[in-house]
Parts: sequence; C-alpha cells; structure tokens
Amino acid sequence: MVDQSELKYTHEHEWVALEGDVATIGITAYAAEKLGDVVYVDLPEVGTTVASGRTVGEVESTKSVGELFAPLDGEVVEVNDDVTSSPELVNSDPFGDGWLIRVRLSDPTAADSLLTADEYAGLIGE
Amino acid sequence: MSASFADRHIGTDDEAQQWMLSAVGYDSLASLMAAAVPESIRSRAESALPPPVSEREALAELRTLASRNRVRRSMIGLGYYDTVTPSVIQRNVLENPSWYTAYTPYQPEISQGRLEALINFQTMVADLTGMATANASMLDEATAVVEGMLLARRASGSSSAVFLVDADAFPQTKALLRHRAEAVGIRLAEVDFSSAAYRDLPDAFGVFVQYPGASGRVWDPTEVITAVKQRGGVAVVAADLLAMILLTPPGELGADVAVGTSQRFGVPMGFGGPHAGYLAVRKGLERQLPGRLVGVSQDASGYPAYRLSLQAREQHIRREKATSNICTAQVLLAIMASMYAVYHGPDGLRSIATRVAGQAAQLAATLSAAGADVVHETFFDTLTVRVPGGAAAVVKRAAEQGVLLHLVDADTVSASVDETTTADDLRAVLRAFGFKQRDAARGAPALPAALERTSDYLTHPVFSTHRSETSMMRYLKYLADKDYALDRGMIPLGSCTMKLNAATEMAAVTWPEFAALHPFAPEADVEGYLELVTQLQEWLADVTGYDSVSLQPNAGSQGELAGLLAIRAYHLANGDDRRTVCLIPASAHGTNAASAVLAGLRVVVVATNENGDVDLDDLRAKIAEHADAIAALMITYPSTHGVYEHQVREVTEAVHAAGGQVYVDGANLNALLGYARFGDFGGDVSHLNLHKTFCIPHGGGGPGVGPVAAKEHLAPYLPGHPLAQRDLVAGRDASQLPEHGNIVSAAPFGSPSILPISWAYVRMMGAEGLARATASAVLAANYVAVRLRDSFPVLYAGENGLAAHECILDIRPLTQATGVTVDDVAKRLIDYGFHAPTMSFPVAGTLMVEPTESEDLAELDRFIEAMIAIKAEADAVAAGEYPADDNPLRNAPHTAQSAIVGEWEHAYSRETAVYPVPGLVHRKYWPPVRRIDQAYGDRNLVCACPPIEAFT
Repeated sequence: MVDQSELKYTHEHEWVALEGDVATIGITAYAAEKLGDVVYVDLPEVGTTVASGRTVGEVESTKSVGELFAPLDGEVVEVNDDVTSSPELVNSDPFGDGWLIRVRLSDPTAADSLLTADEYAGLIGE
Repeated sequence: MSASFADRHIGTDDEAQQWMLSAVGYDSLASLMAAAVPESIRSRAESALPPPVSEREALAELRTLASRNRVRRSMIGLGYYDTVTPSVIQRNVLENPSWYTAYTPYQPEISQGRLEALINFQTMVADLTGMATANASMLDEATAVVEGMLLARRASGSSSAVFLVDADAFPQTKALLRHRAEAVGIRLAEVDFSSAAYRDLPDAFGVFVQYPGASGRVWDPTEVITAVKQRGGVAVVAADLLAMILLTPPGELGADVAVGTSQRFGVPMGFGGPHAGYLAVRKGLERQLPGRLVGVSQDASGYPAYRLSLQAREQHIRREKATSNICTAQVLLAIMASMYAVYHGPDGLRSIATRVAGQAAQLAATLSAAGADVVHETFFDTLTVRVPGGAAAVVKRAAEQGVLLHLVDADTVSASVDETTTADDLRAVLRAFGFKQRDAARGAPALPAALERTSDYLTHPVFSTHRSETSMMRYLKYLADKDYALDRGMIPLGSCTMKLNAATEMAAVTWPEFAALHPFAPEADVEGYLELVTQLQEWLADVTGYDSVSLQPNAGSQGELAGLLAIRAYHLANGDDRRTVCLIPASAHGTNAASAVLAGLRVVVVATNENGDVDLDDLRAKIAEHADAIAALMITYPSTHGVYEHQVREVTEAVHAAGGQVYVDGANLNALLGYARFGDFGGDVSHLNLHKTFCIPHGGGGPGVGPVAAKEHLAPYLPGHPLAQRDLVAGRDASQLPEHGNIVSAAPFGSPSILPISWAYVRMMGAEGLARATASAVLAANYVAVRLRDSFPVLYAGENGLAAHECILDIRPLTQATGVTVDDVAKRLIDYGFHAPTMSFPVAGTLMVEPTESEDLAELDRFIEAMIAIKAEADAVAAGEYPADDNPLRNAPHTAQSAIVGEWEHAYSRETAVYPVPGLVHRKYWPPVRRIDQAYGDRNLVCACPPIEAFT
C-alpha cells in the first residue's frame, strides 16, 4: 500500500507515484467513488508516447465515463492488465492494485509542478 | 351529447382543476398561464387549425383519406417487401397498449417482458447474420448503413477518408450515405463489384456491400471483404434477413458489421415505416455499437435479469463523444419481428425463404424460356430483366393488372417476390412482359452452391416452443404482464411526455390502405397519404410559427440532425464555410451534442446559471470568442429544467446578431402549444417529437417521429427524398434540391403508417383543445410541486415561482441526511405501483416529474401519497428505525417471492415491503425481479438469450 501523503496529484483526480524516472499513475479514491462501479478500463499500449494533458485512456462506469489524462510527458512502459480484466479493482483499491499505467517521464522534475497531497485534499474539499 | 374528445384526453375535469388551482393559488387556468408563461413570448397569432371534430367524425375523415390510397401487389423490392403479419402478433402486440404504451426500458426491473422480447430480437439477428452481437435496434436500413460507416471509421486502423460503396446498393441508401458522409468529411467511392476491375480497390477505411444486391444479384463478397480488411479497413454488409436463411451469412464471410432491416419479418410496409433496422458486429466491436443493447445481468437474489448494457456508449452519457446520436429506437417493431421468428421458428422461416426463392426462380425460368433477358444467374428473391427501350411499358402494363414492378431505367425492370406472392401475381408479371400465359417452368432456388448456408440458426428453445396460437398468445401475455406501461398507471417521466395514446388515434394504423403500401408506390396510388402528410405538416407549422415542415425524420435525434444539416447547408450556400461552432448549454440533452458532431459542427458549451437558464454573460463571451464561426445555438424551450426562461428572446437575438441560427429543441413543446410558438421568439428551426407532444405511443422505446420545422430561409435544406412521389415541403422549388434530396431516412415520409395518430389528435383537439391540454399539463406539474414541496425541495422555477409542464424534486438533501439515494426512491416507487420519474437528468440526484394533462386527479394524488410515504420511510432510516443497509428503500423493489419465501429477517414487516399503502390491496403490480446489478451486466457482457437452465 502506497503512502498517499507522498503521492503527487492532478486537477483531473489522478495520482502519480514517482520511482526514479518512472511514474505509476492511477485515479484517486474520490474520483473512483464519483464514477461509481467501474466496468471497463481502456488503456494505451505499451510504447505509446504521451503528452501532458492529453487523453490516453478511459475509465467507464455503468453511468458515466472518465477520461484518463497523461499528467506528464513520457512513454508508456507498462499497463495494468489486471485492471482491464477486473475493472472493479479501480473501486476496491484505487491507490494499490487499481493502478492504471506506468510512464517513463522525459523530465522527472516536471512532477514537482503537480499537486501535493495537502493541495489535493484542498481541491476536493477535505 | 357525449363529452368532446378533449374532455376525454385531458384527465382532470373542471371540478378537479378548480381544486388543483386553489392548491396552487390561482382561480383559473387563464390566470395560471398568464403568471407562468412570460408575456414576452406569448403568441398573438390566430391559429389556422380547423375546428375540432368528434372521434367518429375523425375516423370518417381518415376513411375518406384512406380511400384515396390504392393498394396494389407490390413487387418493387428495394428493401421493402409485403409480409403476412400473424394475427396473433397484430392483436397481441401491435394493437395491445401493454406493449405500445410502454416507455424505453431504462427501469429494467419493470421492463423484463420487452427486454426478453428484445434479446430474442438480438439473438435472431445475431444468428441469422452470423455475427457475435446485435443491437436492438436501428431506425431503418439506410441509417443503419450510415451508422455502420461511422462505426467503420472509429474502429478502422486506416487513416484513409475513403469509404467504398457497392454500386448495387439500394438507391435510398446511396443517397443517404452521400448526404451524411459529406458533413463529416468522408469521401465515398462507388465500386461496381460485378466487373472484374474492382480487384484494384483504392485505399479505404471501410467498404459497404449490399447482400444480395439491389438488382437481386447474389455473389460471394469474401474476396472484397478480405482485401479491404487486409489494409486495415472494416467491412460492412447489409444482409436481407430472409435470404440469410439460405445463404452463408456475412459473419461467416468475414464481415465486421452486418446491417439491415427486419421489416419483412411480419411488419407491414406502411408506406415506408416504421420498421426496425438492425446492426450487428463481430466479437471485439461491442463497445463500438450505436444504439441500445440488451444484456443479461442478475438481480439482488442472483436470478438472471435483463437490462440495457454498456449505456456509457450512448449520447445521454457520452454526449458529443457518443457512438451515435440515436436515442429512441424501433422497439415495438423489433418486438414484432422477433415474435415473427418465435412464431415461425427455424423450420417455418426456412420454408418461407425456400418458397420465395423458388417462386423467383420459377418466374426467371419462365421469362427466360419465353425469350426475356434475365440479367443475373444467381439471385434470391429479385430478378432484373433487360427490356431495351420497353421498361416503362412493362411497368405500366403490370400496374394495370394490379402488380407494381420497379422501373430501374428505360431499359431495365426488376421484380421482387415475397411471402405473399401468388401464382396469379407471377402470371400477371408474364403478361406485363408481353408473354402469353404459359405453364410456369419449374424453378429450384437460383443460389450459388458455394454460398449455401450450412450453419444452424435460431436453436434457442424460444424459437421452437410456441407453435400453437394458444402458446403464442400466452407467451405474449406472460411477457406483457411483467411490464409496467400506461395501461397500468402513470409514467411521470420528465421530458418524455407520456400522455394518452387514444384508441381512436390508433385505429387507422393497421388499415390496409395505410399499412400495405410500398414507400415507392406510384403517386396515383398514395394521394390519400400525400394529403394527410400535407395537412399534418401545415398544422405543425401553424402551431410552431414556422413556414415549412418535413415529416421524414424517424426520431427526435434524426430531426435534430436534419435541422443542423439544414443550418450547415444554409451557411455554405451563403459562402460562410467557417461557421462550424454549435453553442450548446451545459444543461442540454446529450443528443444535442451528439447530433451536432454528426452535422460536422464543433460543440462549444455555454454555461447555465443556478436556475438552469442560459448564462447570458457566458453566451456573449463565447460568441465573442468565436465571432465569425458561430453556426448555431441549440436551446430547449422550456428549458431542460422545466422552466419558461424569461430571457429567451435576448438569447436568440444575441445569436442572430452574431450571424448564427437558432435551433430550438422541441422536446418540451407540451408546455407551449397554444401559448407560444418557437418561430415567434427567434427559432429558425426545430424538431418536434410526435411521440411526445402529439400522442404517438412510445412503443417501449420506439417508434418515434421527429419532424423538422423551419423558417422559410431554411426550407430548401429540409429533408426531401430522391424517390419521393412528390416533394411536400412547403415554400421551396423541389427541382433545386441536391441529388441526395437532403435525405435523412430511408423512406420519403419517414414512418407514415403512424402519422394518422398525430393527425387524429390535432383534428379532434383543435386549437382550443391543444391550448387547454397545455394549461392542464402545466397545472398538473405545479400541483404536484406544491403538494410535494414540504417533503422534497422543488428545484427551479420561472416567473411567480411556477414550473412549466414538469418539476424537479431534489433528492440530494435526503441522500445527505439519510443515505437514501435517488435510485432507492425510484425503485421503491415500483413497490407503490409507479414508474419512476426521470432520474438524474438534468441534475444528478434529482427526479424530474412530468404528469402530463392526461392523468386524473386521483392518479396524481396517488403519486403524491406514494412520494410522501417514501419520504417518511427515508426519515425512519435517518431516525435509526431502519438500518441504512436494510430498509424498504434499499431493498426495493420487492418481488412476491422475496416477500414470501423463507424466513423474514428484515427490520421492517412484509406488509411494509409490499403493501405500504392500503390502496395497493386492490391494484398491486408485482415486479418480476428484484433490483438489478448494473455493474455485473456490464462486466460480464451477454447479449443473447441465456439457456433455459439459467432460470431454474
């Protein structure tokens, strides 16, 4: 289980865990709850180049669709196949087994510009 | 003297209305409407509608119109074939309000009957086409082909903008493809697959093949399909369902998408509609499907239960990113077609298909033996015959003998056989070709041996069980009994206008003079229909303040698209090719955005204020930002929040000042008729929903009719049709129409066989009756709002705190205080014998109630009583009397079985569960399943009939 206070966050309700130059990305518990029961996750292919702010995938529930945005520039190095076959992981463990993609960042320092845990808590009114 | 029709249509009488008015605080309907409808939009125009007639008189007038239609034996083909509607299906489905007055099955627990019928439809289509998954349903074949093309572009790996089109496709399909492709930047390339040259195909994202061809030709498209797919393209095949019983289906030929119509499965031609189109895909393309898809899930007890699957694809959720703008489908007609398959079964269908193919072969052999030039050697039901210079004479002679053939060109005639064709008809065709009567040659089906079907179809027991009429009748009753339709009680769905569909209005639908005509029958045979269409178009123009109406669009979504395409064409004609921005308020129905994209426009969202009105400051800012690019604004009036927006004139003026056109969505016209007209307060074009305001029944999710109405300057761009007997759109020169005729539906007048319904409604109500209906609907909504405002906050109101024809009850404070959700309230209403109001639109966590004018005071009070009782139950949860996870709301709805079987271990009594108010003792509706697990169904997608064992 990751320490949520150590993570970086985005305005699109995604979290980013940085290890070296690889960022693991998922959606927050708040986003998962707002979406409702997730039934389908569409993720990019490994090797895809992603640009910050661009849509790279979708998280779909029975009643709505959330877009997955790339929080930073880089290349997709791994996608969570478990979550494609068991989309409910996004609801049951959004910060753990429900992670979505890993991206090798072209500039790891860019992660500094993302929200801190405190800033994100402020965003969602906690 | 008996009461007028208006008195029957409007549920509340004078005495009831006085009582309701005093509750709302007004002394008359006039004073209520004066307070509710802003003075700035009130209509001053004198209506030109004829004075109302009685039900008996209206039927007599319809008989006169019908008598001006002439039914001859159609052998025209082109996707429309005469068929025998089994009487047991006509009486128990088409003429049965339990089926035709139901709503779209968004509340699956009370829609299991038609969901089962629809999954039968999907199974039938998937089996016959050899595809993995079929939807339920499309509006007609031609629009299904367009949806197939758009699906191909989404799913294709090719970057080409080219779509290949079979030269032997139906002419209406080709015209529709041309009209629709142009708006979204697709280039069409027509290919003649009968010449060898096609082997050198251009690069394309997809290909469309008509199978069998319009000319009747049957050929093996495998090579074409393979070639296109090898280069990343997607193959779309329109397959005739009856032919598929004898031919290798598209799924086995490698097709990715199969489309078509199910009309010839027992649905009358009806001069063009309504019928159910279909679209089916191979495995892997399910999420790309447009339209509604029924799937299997399970209820709270783990029993199998049906529901609509993968709804996140659709326009009401995904808006401009939806897979299609289609919303209303053709449920009633899909059910009829599926029941035709249930009735005949695989063996019965095989014998029908074999007989049709045999008769066609017999006709071909006889004609050939007599010296005629029959063009194709292999065909299913349609022959093309070459008669150099003599085609028109042949068609004329045939018509004189009561048989209609298709004049392909001056040298070519085609004739299509169907299940109603007799030996006399074949002899008449021979005589028309100038041959003396001779013994018919023997003819075995002329199908290529290599394409003979070898795979099974319709193997599910449902297609073999109901052979006797008794069994069929009981199956239809068994399914109908599971569902909640208007014949049980109120369906107070906001923005859906579930009003009375009167028996007299419905009467003419099945008269042969309206039901049995081919859409391309000669002009002289359809004068009654053309008169009816002309009158209805004039009346609709009169009540909306527009100049011209086209009845062609088959649903609101298609009317929207037609209106936006008209706006686009208007700007282009003025040289304004940069006007591509469509402004849409945040509170708009999702279909608006989806339609705009299909018209080649770019959606820019305009903010709405806390009252749901268009935010004028934001509108002005967006207009300034896109100054010369504004194509249109789409606005719903009254707003989607059910409010008469005060400032609508300022909105429309701002858009006009920027050179844009104003599209007024007519979904809420039931709050306006007789009091204000779109055309008078700035609308340039609108669609109306005849299945809302003008009494066409919802059919359980279709048919719909979505006429598009416009001001004079847009008339040249409204839908016409290259094969129309006569262009009936007022105020334009038909000779100036583009070749595609601005076509948006397969048939020239859309779904004519249900137009007598709306015609009869207007004819029997008259201007005064329509206005009284509007006022009565507004009174009913405000009465409900006033009576419920102590229990639930009522969101949004216009002038003087009044709602329009619907009111929004805010459930969110209740959710916050008690944990009881809007879903819980909706499902608990089932236990009280009600269909839920519209949920979470336009605001999440709310219920939107539209009682319509047709409900009487007792029914309104019964609903109010239920809502107040439900509030008390929620309060009991808040007070700790019931646990948050075990209470009558969370466990709703309760089936009889769940209340009876086993130990009762809940915190409330069995009586509270199923008889919460005493009135239910005499009129209990039992839901057939408990609450359905939505997520389970989407995570485990099954869209065909489950095995019988699943239900044991």
